[in-house]
Amino acid sequence: MMNPSQGRGLGSGGGSSSGRKQGGEAVVEMFPSGLRVLVVDDDPTCLMILERMLRTCLYEVTKCNRAELALSLLRKNKHGFDIVISDVHMPDMDGFKLLEHVGLEMDLPVIMMSADDSKSVVLKGVTHGAVDYLIKPVRMEALKNIWQHVVRKRRSEWSVPEHSGSVEETGQQQQQQQRGPAVSGGGDDGVDDNASSVNEGNNWRSSSNNSRKRKEEEGDEQGDDDASNLKKPRVVWSVELHQQFVAAVNQLGVEKAVPKKILELMNVPGLTRENVASHLQKYRIYLRRLGGVSQHQGNLNNSFMTGQDASFGPLSSLNGFDLQALAVAGQLPAQSLAQLQAAGLGRPAAMISKSGLPVSSMVDERSIFSFDNSKPRFGDGIGHHHGQQQQTQQPQMNLLHGVPTGMEPRQLAGLQQLPVGNRMSIQQQIAAVRAGHNVQNSGMMMSLAGQQQVPFPRGGPQSSIRQPMLPNRITERSGFSGRSSVPESSRVLPTNYTNLATQHSSSAVAFNNFQQELPVNSFPLPSAPGLSVPPAQVRKPHSSSSYQEEVNSSEAGFTTPSYDMFSNRQNDWDLRSIAFEAHQDAESVAFSNSEAFSSSSMSRTNNNTTVAATDLGRNQQQTLPSMVPHHQVYGNGPNGGGGSSSVRVKSERDTAAMAFHEQYSNQEDLMSALLKQEGVAPVDTEFDFDAAYSIDDIPGLIGLKAD
Amino acid sequence: MGKFMQGYLDEQFMELEELQDDANPNFVEEVAASYFKDSARLINNIDQALRRGPLDFNRLDSYMHQFKGSSTSIGASKVKTECTMFREYCRAGNAEGCLRTFQELKKEHATLRKKLEHYFQVQASDQLCVINQLQNMC
Repeated sequence: MMNPSQGRGLGSGGGSSSGRKQGGEAVVEMFPSGLRVLVVDDDPTCLMILERMLRTCLYEVTKCNRAELALSLLRKNKHGFDIVISDVHMPDMDGFKLLEHVGLEMDLPVIMMSADDSKSVVLKGVTHGAVDYLIKPVRMEALKNIWQHVVRKRRSEWSVPEHSGSVEETGQQQQQQQRGPAVSGGGDDGVDDNASSVNEGNNWRSSSNNSRKRKEEEGDEQGDDDASNLKKPRVVWSVELHQQFVAAVNQLGVEKAVPKKILELMNVPGLTRENVASHLQKYRIYLRRLGGVSQHQGNLNNSFMTGQDASFGPLSSLNGFDLQALAVAGQLPAQSLAQLQAAGLGRPAAMISKSGLPVSSMVDERSIFSFDNSKPRFGDGIGHHHGQQQQTQQPQMNLLHGVPTGMEPRQLAGLQQLPVGNRMSIQQQIAAVRAGHNVQNSGMMMSLAGQQQVPFPRGGPQSSIRQPMLPNRITERSGFSGRSSVPESSRVLPTNYTNLATQHSSSAVAFNNFQQELPVNSFPLPSAPGLSVPPAQVRKPHSSSSYQEEVNSSEAGFTTPSYDMFSNRQNDWDLRSIAFEAHQDAESVAFSNSEAFSSSSMSRTNNNTTVAATDLGRNQQQTLPSMVPHHQVYGNGPNGGGGSSSVRVKSERDTAAMAFHEQYSNQEDLMSALLKQEGVAPVDTEFDFDAAYSIDDIPGLIGLKAD
Repeated sequence: MGKFMQGYLDEQFMELEELQDDANPNFVEEVAASYFKDSARLINNIDQALRRGPLDFNRLDSYMHQFKGSSTSIGASKVKTECTMFREYCRAGNAEGCLRTFQELKKEHATLRKKLEHYFQVQASDQLCVINQLQNMC
């Protein structure tokens, strides 16, 4: 993504392969060689080995055995590195702290690594914003692909409104955004900083001011070009950003937190109060959902809530699982995935135990998800949630932690009743439609199943469980585009977002419309593949966004799903409620590639309105609670459907996930891959799914307003 | 590696060997040297910690985590297994288990060291043989 003009690109300065429009050919060739990696580890043997491996990948390596030293190196040379790899356990500073610092100060992608593969630690990595987590011994394969994180981050940064620079150039915004930093070139300040994330950050800062202004003046939506991408591009709630948000909220107190104060605390240039407000809405919904769910399936939630950041709790677990999904998606380096999975799988038990629920069930994640024989991906990650009581339904619910389970009781019931096996069947069906993305979701959904309580904001008939994964389904129901008649059952599994299961079938409906969008949303729903609703299907752009969000949220692990994806869309949609950035990133990553939707999904939540129209709820058959019609979700909740949005997101995600999944493979986003694996819609960590899918592309969505 | 190393070193070691090339002809040996140097230090620390009054399990666990990390990097599978067991005992607060396991660990570690030293010697002499042969050919 670095334009040659930027100066900093990787290798010959163009580093990212993402859409470099400008003169990037040369750079693209070189990329990723020359990637400047800073590796931090107190173990000299590991450092030596890593250095050697990285050099073999043709990266430029700088070794550092102390975190403080690494930080000062980074500070001195802000643009001197493209990516940081750090060990978790270090004597002078905790690796997670370093991770936070780097994320905040330099906004560079950070990969964590450790010999510790316990799920909790992996989860922690994810929630703290790591773009990846490698388990030692680190293999070459794992390192070979780290450049994808750089690209992804750049791309997601792109979508951030602050990158006004790009706004100008992109004009079309979304399209441009997707192109990635390269295209945008310096926007306001005329700096092409797209090249490097750092650069972008810089430009970003300056432009963000401009963009912010513009945004306010022009009101976002259809942004005009110069207005800054703000309009179109939605704020990408990256993991880091979300973390900041969560930190600010916690500092103020969840109940008392108001957007204005949160914005101040976060102090992120370019971020608007509206962005924060919508995100806060989603976050609240997510929390509510967690609270409700915890009773039952709670395991996940509880564990999450208590364990890590509350917000990320459920998501985290998913994240772990997503790894599998992602891995499956091929995004995740085999090794990492394996490691992560191991961690993840191992964790389920742990997770559940926290809440006191039987661990055993969880442990056998695989088996739980195995119901979806056809969809391997699904089974892998999602398993962890299963632990909860019922594997069948509950799992889903749990997964959807983040996603407001707008599912109606009925639907939930339906969902719940679906034994895992059933679920799978549905999923399978869906998968059939989607290409197996569903599976992933189903897995997710399953875990969430427990959540029946998910209030289905929309209350669409189907809403909850059905995740609109199958676009087809939706059409039937909602009469949306004539999607192929997909049996209801198939809907059940929201393609990717099934996790959102809680979401509700409505989302499924929404999905149909969204289909196009969903994929875009790129929620890396674990089942991403499933979710990635074939673009054609998704019609409603809007729905997809919501879907995405939902998906994100539902994905227990990744509530942040739609953030990224939708960022293109309506911008600032409050980030898909739950999508907590963590997930979103993963998802967004996943989605972005796949569908433009992703971005829209996010917005969708906000746009409930449009979604509602589509009847997302209808489609939702109980099957997937997670799939709350995109629209519905958003519109419903007080947050504007924050809850629903989450649900919606799911639905979108499902479709999107499905589609996304396909796309995902394109994405190099590891996270997305992971997410997909887990069944969680791959959320583009960077939320760059926006880039991939311009929300605008989705006819219906365009008009949707996030909030 | 063959039977000589079987069980002591896993695939990771082979990965390291693959990283060795003409530009880095002694890479594996360098890594091994670094490992033994570092692990000797760690063993020392753990030894001292184990001698102290009531065991500080957290600290011990932390040391062992490091030990496990580097052992894993070099592919020292048996050592790694002992590390894992040690940590289990730490978590369980089982002092006796820790002490016992640590003795085993030291044994495995010493054995590995000898084997690797031998391994590198053989490699070096192999190389010498090759060189000799080449010279003889001339």
